[in-house]
Amino acid sequence: MKLFITAFALVLGAQAAHAEDVSILIKNFDFGPMNVTVAPGTTVVWKNLDGEPHTVASADGLFRSMALDQNDSFRFKFDKTGTFKYICSIHPNMRASITVK
Amino acid sequence: MTEPFSRRNTLKCLGLSAGTLFTLSGGILTTMDPAEAQTQAPLFLQISDTHIGFNKEANPDVAGTLRQALDKVGALPRPPALILHTGDVTHLSRAAEFDTANQLLSQLKGELHVVPGEHDVTDGPGTEFFARFGKPSGNRGYYSFDHQGVHFIALINVMNFKPNGLGALGDDQLAWLKDDLAGRSASQPIVVFAHMPLWTIYQPWGWGTAEGEQIAGMLRRFGSVTVLNGHIHQIVQKVEGNIHFHTARSTAYPQPQAGNGPGPGPLVVPPAELPGMLGVTMAARSLALTDSTLA
Repeated sequence: MKLFITAFALVLGAQAAHAEDVSILIKNFDFGPMNVTVAPGTTVVWKNLDGEPHTVASADGLFRSMALDQNDSFRFKFDKTGTFKYICSIHPNMRASITVK
Repeated sequence: MTEPFSRRNTLKCLGLSAGTLFTLSGGILTTMDPAEAQTQAPLFLQISDTHIGFNKEANPDVAGTLRQALDKVGALPRPPALILHTGDVTHLSRAAEFDTANQLLSQLKGELHVVPGEHDVTDGPGTEFFARFGKPSGNRGYYSFDHQGVHFIALINVMNFKPNGLGALGDDQLAWLKDDLAGRSASQPIVVFAHMPLWTIYQPWGWGTAEGEQIAGMLRRFGSVTVLNGHIHQIVQKVEGNIHFHTARSTAYPQPQAGNGPGPGPLVVPPAELPGMLGVTMAARSLALTDSTLA
């Protein structure tokens, strides 16, 4: 239990330290904005607003969410620089990218 | 010769009263009149897109509508001995959703064969799906079997998407399919089933399979081929030579027609209209298909 509380506090701490999270909304079968550039260390948060579930799955396997139901979110912190293409694995015609530099 | 073709071309779309019935007559798959179903056991039942776990406005009770469909099939005097589920058993690939679906589907006594939809494998490897339904294919997702003289082929086209969004079989599965058909008599009726349409219905929404032309090419020499899919939650069909393509309704919720709206999501309709847009498909012995709604 003590461990759990510590972990929880760390999560809260981490969130407080990253007020500059970048948010991407999934709406009407699109990632918006579609192509985003962030600084290393930035956490990107995707939120699905559609009634249909979507996923966030990178082409190179770096990140992959579970199926996000309506209003579910997925977060990933980008440390490495580069351009990371990703799709929704349920609707693979939904394509977007994150550039870290 | 013309008779079976005319029968094939007069597929009947009924309400979710029984499902699409396929029968085999003279080696030709045709849909079955519900009255026929009263006296003759269907060759098989096709269920699709049950989406257990979905609970939004388009249908807050998908377990209830599936149960309704299964009750109607179970009430037939001679229920089908073979049941094909063409995928999207669940909405979010969750273990509890699969368990609920299995429990509901087990009320039918027939032998159940299931191919996954993309909603069943959202975790990537499809762990929950294959734990339950992977055995006949050795966890590959594709396999074949014979039933009452008909050769059934289960294909998987939801784990290998092309950049343009179309489903795909991949080279290994395509080679396996070629082997499976090689040397087979052209007079044996063939039924192929997979989740996503095996021909391109609407590419912008990914309603198709990349190797569709190659697959059709392998099937063309056979005298009776029926290709069954789900995924689009509505009936679309075409006949090309001896190949009859047919997509089934969902038991969960309808989707818009191709290109109508921003994407292929759940379509909200007035509650009174919903039962008429959900249903199953049955094949008579002649392989004639009958689509029935829940209305």
